[in-house]
Amino acid sequence: MSIIAPGTKVPPFSLAREDGSKFTDADLAGKTTVLVFYPFAFSLVCTSQLQVYTEALPEITIDGAVMYAVSTDPSLSQIAFREQLGVPIEQLSDFEPKGAAAKIFGAYFDPAGMTNRAIVIVGPDGCVSWSHLADSPGDLPGVNLIIDALAADQSSPSAV
Amino acid sequence: MRDLSSLPVEPIGPDDHLRGGDPEPLIVYAEFSCPDCAVAAERLRTSGASVCFRHFALAARSPRAVKLAIASEAAARQGLFWEFHDSLFADQGRLDDPHLWRRCELLGVDLDRFEADRRDPALAELVADSATAAMRAGVVGAPTFVFAGELRSEFPAL
Repeated sequence: MSIIAPGTKVPPFSLAREDGSKFTDADLAGKTTVLVFYPFAFSLVCTSQLQVYTEALPEITIDGAVMYAVSTDPSLSQIAFREQLGVPIEQLSDFEPKGAAAKIFGAYFDPAGMTNRAIVIVGPDGCVSWSHLADSPGDLPGVNLIIDALAADQSSPSAV
Repeated sequence: MRDLSSLPVEPIGPDDHLRGGDPEPLIVYAEFSCPDCAVAAERLRTSGASVCFRHFALAARSPRAVKLAIASEAAARQGLFWEFHDSLFADQGRLDDPHLWRRCELLGVDLDRFEADRRDPALAELVADSATAAMRAGVVGAPTFVFAGELRSEFPAL
């Protein structure tokens, strides 16, 4: 499964927000969205990833980008995870049907039945501006990659 | 606002803490309230490998991480960084301020000077700069090792 390519209009998808409402492709309009796909709530590696991204959140969001974390965990588990870590990154659940949205983004890891380690940045026009799929689910993308991608997006002609 | 855009791992510099005589030591990003870092530190200490220690202390990871990193820098001003480093990693159950004061007594750290240095903004800045440089290099967890120019989360073969 390959990750959704830059320039692609994001197809229709649906995820569950923490309050039970839906987060869909319509919610991408008008702002830059950073979707962080991670395998499992409470795993050590995912914990470290969300902690470091939280540390960098002021820099990630300075120009209005919004970051969400996506996994196939049910919302209740995600909320417990987020609250235990004390991180503010809103969680989006791809629990039922399992991984349906992740598959649309090319961010599903079939061998383990979980969301893969991937990041997708979507521009205000609903098109992917940057995407990254880790070499393996255990490899954590540095926050520097997100910052670089957001900066490139800001400086592209379409952003002017 | 910090610049977190990509930069390579910084070369060894005057702010680094070095142990051993190898001119190209193993660089380790770590923080003192991290049990995995403690295990790695003990393995490195007993291996005799040359090490360059760099702080990766983030408030989002642990409420004590930044304070302990600054405390170690205060001890470093008295030439006792590695003694403090080993002491913190050797007893992860005692990391609160009274435990630090007790360490100072045992290690011969001047407590008044230690307390004054702990409040020096320059040390907080040094620790924050270290974390920023680490994130710019792609560090996402602790411990992280720089081995053959690459970031690794697993303990390297020494």
